[in-house]
Amino acid sequence: MADERRSLLNRALLEDFPGEEIITHGARSGLAWVGRQILRFFEDTGRVGILFTRAVAATLQAGTYRRQIVDQMSAIGVGSMPLVGVVALFTGAVAAVQAAYQLEGVVPLRYLGAVIERSVLIELGPVLTALVVGGRVGASIAAEIGTMRVTEQVDALEILAIDPVRYLVMPRLVAALVMLPVIVVFADAIAIFGGFCVATLSFDQSPHTYGQALKQFFHLKDLTSGLCKSAFFGGLIAMMGCHYGLASEGGAEGVGLATTRAVVASCVLVLVSDYVLANLLFRVTF
Amino acid sequence: MAGEPALSVRGLDKAFGGRPVLAGVDLDVERGQTVVVIGRSGGGKSVLLKHLVGLVRPDAGTVRVLGEDVTRYTSAQWTGLRGRVGMVFQGAALFDSLTVGENVAMGLRVRKRLPADEEEALVRDRLAQVGLTEVESLKPASLSGGMKKRVALARAIATDPEVLLYDEPTTGLDPVMADVINRLIRELQSRFGLTSVVVTHDMTSAYFVADRIAYLHQGRIHAQGTPDEIRRSEDPIVRSFVEGRSQGLAGVR
Repeated sequence: MADERRSLLNRALLEDFPGEEIITHGARSGLAWVGRQILRFFEDTGRVGILFTRAVAATLQAGTYRRQIVDQMSAIGVGSMPLVGVVALFTGAVAAVQAAYQLEGVVPLRYLGAVIERSVLIELGPVLTALVVGGRVGASIAAEIGTMRVTEQVDALEILAIDPVRYLVMPRLVAALVMLPVIVVFADAIAIFGGFCVATLSFDQSPHTYGQALKQFFHLKDLTSGLCKSAFFGGLIAMMGCHYGLASEGGAEGVGLATTRAVVASCVLVLVSDYVLANLLFRVTF
Repeated sequence: MAGEPALSVRGLDKAFGGRPVLAGVDLDVERGQTVVVIGRSGGGKSVLLKHLVGLVRPDAGTVRVLGEDVTRYTSAQWTGLRGRVGMVFQGAALFDSLTVGENVAMGLRVRKRLPADEEEALVRDRLAQVGLTEVESLKPASLSGGMKKRVALARAIATDPEVLLYDEPTTGLDPVMADVINRLIRELQSRFGLTSVVVTHDMTSAYFVADRIAYLHQGRIHAQGTPDEIRRSEDPIVRSFVEGRSQGLAGVR
């Protein structure tokens, strides 16, 4: 009865003020769009949180799925090495050129090694590696799981009593958490070498001077905090790839969309969380 | 409980994005029987099938599988029924990173670890049952459509299920291969007493494999009966579907 009265009232209002309906429609759909985006953000965050919790719980079964973990470590870690190597080499070289230019007349050039070392260990190594790996690995995880989703392979896993979180998500999460710091150590070394090449070849610095600066200003916490960050970034990349992959729907278009979202989300989150982690690691802890 | 149907669906409702797909489906499948669900593409046949294996949860209604009320089962609760209910997917859904042999063995490995040679023998046996030999080490990508379907069938029967669900088993196959699959469905049913539900819009297949045919129309079972009853049905909606005529069906152009 009350419903009926309300719908009658609604109809009367709409009929009396059709103009108002048209005017408010545009604003309302705009607001609705914003609302939907906000809702989707919270929904995604919640889903990723649940997926992450389940993946962490699934590490108890890590032994059963060690083959998958090793395969993923190889794909994520070893497979990324060549690309990361090239990026790191030039990052170090550019850092050397830029630092020399910026420090001219302010800091003696003999400290060049120290500047490169600290910026690479703390920021450039972990962040650039994470961005490169986020593009490469985030995309491939999302595309692979997305394709499995739209071709019903994920459903087939469930029917065979294989939990997709254990079989697909957990191995990728573990592999990324372990391998990102490993790649970053490798990238750090190559970047410092890139800087060394520029310092010795372009600025006529002796290897000894560069080495002295490296040794004198090496702080273990620079390295460890960089590695902590990179493990965190690895987790982010794996979770974004898995989440968007599992959530993809439709066909090729859906997988493409999932891949794009995974890469964009990993890259944005790496940069945002880098800021937060920088504050935590360097203001609070140390 | 003797006499209880292997599968029982009551008042099943399901909507996606506000669009109702199933609206009050009632369907019983007796043990050892093959029921074919026919209906137009996009009419919710696959969705109905997915309710029977817990891939989709109903908005309303109840689903009973092998005597258990699975309506609100979580995937963890389903674990006990997995292996007893198998499914052959429309696109075969083989794991393309694994070999054919690993695909077939996949469901076995979770349950009980067999010694490698026993597992191999079982995989070979299941593949032989669907008429395939010497394919264990191939990757799914190198198989033809018909072979993929048969591997999917071998994977589904590897765990000795009591219920087997087929989603469009003959779609996309040439008539000869479709006949091979149809014969396999019948053979599996008669040899192992499998309860089967086949979703299809291929009437040749439906008449061949069915003990009973149910016609899903506008979200509910519009008509059901033996293949002969359906063939002789006077119902205009059923007639236009089984004869493949677009006239007389609402919303078709």
